[in-house]
Amino acid sequence: MPVEPPIATPTSLADAYAVLAGSTADDPITPIAGGTDVMVRITGEIGAPPARMVDLSRLDALRGITVDGGAVILGARTTYTEIRRSDACREHLPALVAAAATIGAAQIQNRGTLGGNIANASPAGDTLPVLLVLDAEVIVGGARGERSIPVADFWVAYRRTALAPDELILRIRIPVAGGREARFRKIGTRRAQAISKVVLALAWREGPGAATAGPARAWTDVRLALGSVADRPIRARATEAVLEGVAPTPATANAAAEALAAEIHPIDDVRSTADYRRAVAARALHRMIRDAAGW
Amino acid sequence: MTSDPAGRPEPDSAVTWRFSVNGDPVEVAAPGMRRLLDVLREELALTGTKEGCGEGECGACTVLVDGVPVDSCLVPVCQVEGARIATVEGLAEPSPEGLVLDQLQQAFLEAGGAQCGICTPGMLMAARAYLDDGGTADEDAIREAIAGNLCRCTGYTKIVDAIAIAAGGRR
Repeated sequence: MPVEPPIATPTSLADAYAVLAGSTADDPITPIAGGTDVMVRITGEIGAPPARMVDLSRLDALRGITVDGGAVILGARTTYTEIRRSDACREHLPALVAAAATIGAAQIQNRGTLGGNIANASPAGDTLPVLLVLDAEVIVGGARGERSIPVADFWVAYRRTALAPDELILRIRIPVAGGREARFRKIGTRRAQAISKVVLALAWREGPGAATAGPARAWTDVRLALGSVADRPIRARATEAVLEGVAPTPATANAAAEALAAEIHPIDDVRSTADYRRAVAARALHRMIRDAAGW
Repeated sequence: MTSDPAGRPEPDSAVTWRFSVNGDPVEVAAPGMRRLLDVLREELALTGTKEGCGEGECGACTVLVDGVPVDSCLVPVCQVEGARIATVEGLAEPSPEGLVLDQLQQAFLEAGGAQCGICTPGMLMAARAYLDDGGTADEDAIREAIAGNLCRCTGYTKIVDAIAIAAGGRR
């Protein structure tokens, strides 16, 4: 039988903060929302199980999806199923919807949460590259108040986050103003229920120029992010620079794919090899650019 | 919740949790982090729900919580307080002549949708949720609905056939 750590079940954010006031780096209190990651830890088969826990399932403050001030705001407990079914997400965040649809199958999507994906900080977390390319912010809170952390600063090392031991992720703010396009692609062993070998997201805005015939318009504000190729989700900034300010032509796609293969340094592990990851990431980016440009 | 009024997670042996299983109200005294899977099998003696992998990969332990399919190995009992749980034991309906199989169970028999049977309770519950949600006989949709349920015997074809039959489509 798995271990059964003691768990507090607060019914308000204030009560949750009071519980977490006792959480320290040396003696943490581990939050549980959908449980899809942390319930595996209580088996003890992937390292030491949590010693003490706090349940978030009664905290309604962490729920809901709203559109406000040019941004979509998702409560930390928003499940992948809720993302897939949300009109606001389908309209403004199709790349996030695409990512949510690839995570586990129905049983996992019904339970796993966006806040949990962020807090778990897996290098293979499938929503994380999407959050990176969309310049999302993580709003966290604790007894000392709330603060906003750009996702680019959130994953600080392998499975380490900027979250303090006494803080919770409250919500995720994703700006949607300004006509940004985004795409998502995951490469796994099979279509469902796979952990990524490589996962990537690309976002851009179309620059000024002819809207119809003629050469494609230049891309600006290009963001490219990947998972499963480093110790944490990363932006590929050198490759972004190749794509920035130029039109997505075949020559651009070739140069970007080459740049990406040179920029990332994946490893061999149980799910894939460094060589495969480098090759498939470059190929997937090339295909993404080609599909977006329509050549 | 622990007995500590401040809500600090203190070691505790058992708290009483109240929810319903297949329509019947139940009370279970258990630590909050006990898996729903273990509560069903050990406390409530409902052994139809199977443990496969114990880490949310195989779907053998699928039950419905408020109508939604979940892996019961990933649900701590403290999170089902007040919820409606449905397990494979609740599919067949009582009648004066005894239990009458759910149309989905009947379809699994008809199509030969079970071999060793360890995945079958989870398959049935995932399929039940799919049909309750308005699922049709479309093969791709059925395959997506049971993508979280692994079967090592059948090759899935007859399971998909069975769900399609129950959805009203002959294959």
